Amino acid sequence: MLDRREFVQKLLIDRENLLVVSGLGSPTYDVAACGDHPLNFYLWGAMGSAAMIGLGLALAQPALRVLVLTGDGEALMGLGSLATIGVKQPTNLAIVVLDNQHYGETGMQPSHTRAGIDLVAVAKACKFVDALHVSEIGAMSPIRDLVHNGRGPILVQAQISNDVAPRVLPSRDGHAIKLRFMEALGRLSG
Amino acid sequence: MDDRTKTALHWPDLIYAQFRRVGVRQVGYVPDAGHSRLIELCVKDPNIHDVVLTTEEEGVGLVAGAALGGERAALLMQSSGVGNCINMFSLMRNCGFPCLVLITMRGEFAEFNPWQVPMGAITEATLKLCGFLTYRVDEPDNVDDIVGGGCDMAFGGDLQVAIVLSQRLIGRKEWTK
Repeated sequence: MLDRREFVQKLLIDRENLLVVSGLGSPTYDVAACGDHPLNFYLWGAMGSAAMIGLGLALAQPALRVLVLTGDGEALMGLGSLATIGVKQPTNLAIVVLDNQHYGETGMQPSHTRAGIDLVAVAKACKFVDALHVSEIGAMSPIRDLVHNGRGPILVQAQISNDVAPRVLPSRDGHAIKLRFMEALGRLSG
Repeated sequence: MDDRTKTALHWPDLIYAQFRRVGVRQVGYVPDAGHSRLIELCVKDPNIHDVVLTTEEEGVGLVAGAALGGERAALLMQSSGVGNCINMFSLMRNCGFPCLVLITMRGEFAEFNPWQVPMGAITEATLKLCGFLTYRVDEPDNVDDIVGGGCDMAFGGDLQVAIVLSQRLIGRKEWTK
C-alpha cells in the first residue's frame, strides 16, 4: 500500500512543464500539498470530468505532457471517458488514479474498486497503450518515468492506503485558477 | 434550385463556415441525425479534432480542457443531451470558460416519439437555469447570422451560449419508409 502524499510528491518531483489536472477532493489536496504551481488546474467540482479535461488539454497542447491525477470515485463517474480517450489515442496524456477503494470525502463508503472492479483492465479494453497497477513505493521510479515520458494514453492505478492526510486547500476561485494556468502556459508557448 | 432551398439544405455548412471563421479546433459530439452533415464536415477537416463522446457531459470537460490549452471548442448535441450535462455546466460558470453548444431539438414540432417530449419541453429553460444565453433558430435563413453572433459572444466574452436548432428547421424524423 502506498502513502498518497509520498506517492504524489515522488510522482511530481522535477515536473518542469507538466500540466496537471487534479480531481475534486483529496487528489486536489495532494497536488496542492506538493506546493502550489501555476500549471495546476485544481477541480473542486464537476465530478467525473477530470479525464476529459485532460483530453481537451492534451489535444490542444500536443508538445506538452498532461497528467490527470484523480481518485477512484471520480474516475468511476467518468468511466466512458476512458473509451473516448481510447478512440483519440493522445500520446501525451497520462491518468493516475489514486485508489483507496473508498469515497473519502463522503464518509469512507466503499467504492466499486473495493469490490474488485479493475480500472487497469478497463483502460486496457479501451486501448490505452499502457495500463498498470502500482502498490509499492519501491516501484516508483519506472512509474514516474512512464507518466512523464511514456507513450500515452497511460493509466496507472495506484493502490493507496485509506489513511486521511491533512487537508491542504488551494484556491477555490475557478476564474483565478484558470487565468493563472493560461498565463503560465502562454509564457511557455511564447 | 432557388437560394432559399439551397440555404434550407445547407444550413450545417453555414455553421461549419462559422466554426472556420472563429477558429474552432475541437468539436465534441454524440452521433445525431440532425447534426450528421456538420459532424461529417468536422471529421473531414484536418484542423479540427473531432471527439466522439459516450455521453454529452464528457464534452463539457473537453471544452474546459481545450480552453485551458488555448483552443476553441464547440459541442454538438441533441436536446436530450442537455439533461446529461447539468452538473458539468457548473464548470463553465465557475471558471468562465467560453462554451458554444449547438442543440438539435427533439420533442417539439411533429415529434412522433412521446418519450422525447419531457426533455425537449424543458431544454431551453434548463440551459437558461445553467447560465446559458440561448438563441433559437427556426428558419434556415437565420442560421448564419445567429450562429455567427453566438460564436462571437461565447469566444469574445467567455460566455456560455446555446444555439437551439428547432425541429422545424431540422425537419421531421421519418419513421416509416
